[in-house]
Amino acid sequence: MNDLITVVDWSRWQFALTAMYHWLFVPLTIGLALIVAIMESIYVKTKNVKWLAMTKFWMLLFGINFAIGVATGIILEFEFGTNWSNYSWFVGDIFGAPLAIEGIVAFFMESTFIAVMFFGWKKVSPAFHLTATWLTAAGTALSALWILVANAWMQQPAGMEFDPEQMRNVMDNFWAIVFSDTAVAKFTHTVSSAWVLAGVFVIGVSCWFILKKRNVDMAMDSIKVASWVGGIGILVTLATGDMSAVNVAKHQPMKLAAMEGLYRGSCGQELVGLGVLNPDKKVGDDNDPYLFDIAIPYGLSFLATHNPHAFVPGIDDLIEGIELTREGDTIRTIGYAERIAIGREAHEALRAYDSARANGDDAGMEAALKDLRAAYPYFGYGYLDSPEEAVPPVALTFYAFRVMVMAGGYLLLFFAVALIGVYWRQGWLKNKVVNWVGMFSIVVVWICSQSGWITAEVGRQPWVIQDILPTRAAISEISASSVMLTFWMFAAVFTILLVAEISIMLTQIKKYSKEDITTISKS
Amino acid sequence: MTLELLQIYWWLIISVLGALLVFLLFVQGGQSMLLSTRNEQYRNLMVNSIGQKWELTFTTLVVFGGAFFASFPLFYSTSFGGAYWLWILILFTFVGQAVSYQYRRKRGNIYGTTFYDILLTINGCLGCFLLGVAVSMMFFGAEFKVTMGNILNPGSPVISQWAPSHGFEAIFCWKNWALGLAVVFLARMQGALYFMNNIKGDENFFKLNRRRVLVNGLVFVVLFLVFVGLLFTADGYQTVGKNSFMVVHNKYLFNYIDMWWCGLIFVSGVLLVLFGVFKSAFSTHYTKGIWWTGVGTVLVVLTLFWVAGFNDTPYYPSTTDINSSLSIYNSSSTHFTLTVMSVVSLLVPFVVAYIAYVWYKMDKKPLTPSDIEHDSHAY
Repeated sequence: MNDLITVVDWSRWQFALTAMYHWLFVPLTIGLALIVAIMESIYVKTKNVKWLAMTKFWMLLFGINFAIGVATGIILEFEFGTNWSNYSWFVGDIFGAPLAIEGIVAFFMESTFIAVMFFGWKKVSPAFHLTATWLTAAGTALSALWILVANAWMQQPAGMEFDPEQMRNVMDNFWAIVFSDTAVAKFTHTVSSAWVLAGVFVIGVSCWFILKKRNVDMAMDSIKVASWVGGIGILVTLATGDMSAVNVAKHQPMKLAAMEGLYRGSCGQELVGLGVLNPDKKVGDDNDPYLFDIAIPYGLSFLATHNPHAFVPGIDDLIEGIELTREGDTIRTIGYAERIAIGREAHEALRAYDSARANGDDAGMEAALKDLRAAYPYFGYGYLDSPEEAVPPVALTFYAFRVMVMAGGYLLLFFAVALIGVYWRQGWLKNKVVNWVGMFSIVVVWICSQSGWITAEVGRQPWVIQDILPTRAAISEISASSVMLTFWMFAAVFTILLVAEISIMLTQIKKYSKEDITTISKS
Repeated sequence: MTLELLQIYWWLIISVLGALLVFLLFVQGGQSMLLSTRNEQYRNLMVNSIGQKWELTFTTLVVFGGAFFASFPLFYSTSFGGAYWLWILILFTFVGQAVSYQYRRKRGNIYGTTFYDILLTINGCLGCFLLGVAVSMMFFGAEFKVTMGNILNPGSPVISQWAPSHGFEAIFCWKNWALGLAVVFLARMQGALYFMNNIKGDENFFKLNRRRVLVNGLVFVVLFLVFVGLLFTADGYQTVGKNSFMVVHNKYLFNYIDMWWCGLIFVSGVLLVLFGVFKSAFSTHYTKGIWWTGVGTVLVVLTLFWVAGFNDTPYYPSTTDINSSLSIYNSSSTHFTLTVMSVVSLLVPFVVAYIAYVWYKMDKKPLTPSDIEHDSHAY
């Protein structure tokens, strides 16, 4: 059992490492592809070489970044098989489809037209080239769509039923998977956040150009495009973040409680804007969860339900199965100890079904199936030893959520300043402090982006599929030492390549800052 | 469509993707010759020629994996989680490839051009070899056992159990080496043929590749004959129930005989490959050899997948527990999922059409040394 847990932990570490590295590059790819496509469109319309130079410069950085995103992406896809083989069978009938569609619809589009983007300038017409650039941008977004549909399904399982004969879940409604609340919110939130990230990146690099007084004209126009893309992006991100919060409250209330560090909920629950968690706080004790906090009255109730007086359950409430009506009446729901018991009944019923099937006992199969159907919603709880195991790491979820929200608020201000600056107060953008803030914001947006994913993924632990399959039952039969070794191998390789990527990016930015627009446009 | 038809249809799609992947490994073949090419200009020509196609090979590999996952998830679950080290090593070689084209000659790449060329060479040699080994297990078997009921054992819930060496036993199995090495030399031969087709302006470089075609082609033919000999004399399994199989001597030879059309296609493919090789190697300036060998390769690989999975043959035989073997009937997705995926697969002709069109537009004019000198995006 101890070895199993270690394998689970190392497998989680390895997947997290790959996903986090992957997510360093992907949002920049998605956002920069759009920005480059807009710039090239302006060039094709105006024939102004400055826009051609801008297109080529940002396209170069896009290409450097794209390559390493591809490298980390293939690992993620195959890790579902290498490290989570039980998962691959248990839900492969559902989860495999979006991955395959991603490949057929999106990857081929990207990989075919990106070659035209980079090598087709003299081989195809300007209109064909522009089409290729837009199709590459569309391919990156389509790719995000299908992988996010797959991820959303893990958070909100839909469109499926359990097939006891094959001991796995099978798809019965494709559109329910594609258009689940979580899928819609996750796709729009993630893609718009990628526009934000690329917008900040372009503005930050442009600020460096302005600081160095090199190609200032090109930098100012780059800021214009990036401000619009990022500005629209941040508004959509905030709106869809609100959708996400409502979905989490509905489908993953334990995650919401962890995001808030909330143990005992109430009607009109306040939202902790800033706070420090009490490290001694344990599930079920009476300690105050916070050492310090600044709260917004009714904030969490409003965020979670759009009703400032609604009840939002905390961790202890959920474990004990307590819900409250708006009037404050207590309602008993199914507590976690009971869920564990029901989950084990589901396991027993499946075992009974299997042996009845082996014995050709139709009546036994029917009875077992009836029990199984009734208990299946809590199937995953049958693997847990105690209710506390169903609580995600609270501190990491709590702080990551706050970092994301605060950075998001900062970025709203950032784009407001950038838009005002570039259209009405150009002097602001020539101020050295503003330039440094612009560059520093590149770090902020990446931290914000990573924090979002940490909140989403750490907050849903221990589930790989919400309520159905915990990570400990999703793994492959490999030794902890093997996974530990490959973890460090991946960590080393990704870091070596990341260092090279950053170095090449910085060198190219420096090099192109010194060249005039005509030279860049002919490059 | 019935479930059985859908299973056959999806095995066909897997076969097509697998066959196209083997053809597109000419990119890896080209990479495998980088370090042995002393002339730097030749090396740059080679990289920039195949550098415009590497993503297509890479994507085909990813889609091959994705399609396998969607259509035959029990294979994905069993093979990837079981032959852990085999697949991890394959992945490592492809990670190196993905960045090397972009980074190798960019200023600021820290580790120098040779470092990235080494990564490309490793991907070209080891990547091809290991992919061949992985496919070879579809004929010569793998050491695994599938027990669905394990899912109900919280202490040890994994349904697919593999030999403790987790893929190393496959890498060090001599039978798998035949196909592994054959894939390497096939890829090298096709890489050289692609250079002959795609690069012009240097006669010495053309002659160098012509020699490469002959040498690698001959080695490939010998290795391929060894593999075919092993295949035709190998014992295979026959499906007698959904999860019940029996041993049949010379199963794959009999599959070719039973499915005579498959045998015909196999022979046609072999002849096309041989024609492409010898015509290219012995003509003064023949550049179309890649298309003959390419079509031939696709045909041969298609039939290999067909004899592996059709005619009631389990495509992933277990040498540990015969009844754990995977067939297209016991490892597939459900009727519903395969139907959904089949609707999506209607897009494949459009995808193939735009790939072919872009390929035509981009390769209409062969690459020359001066193209690289005047292109700042050159690899």
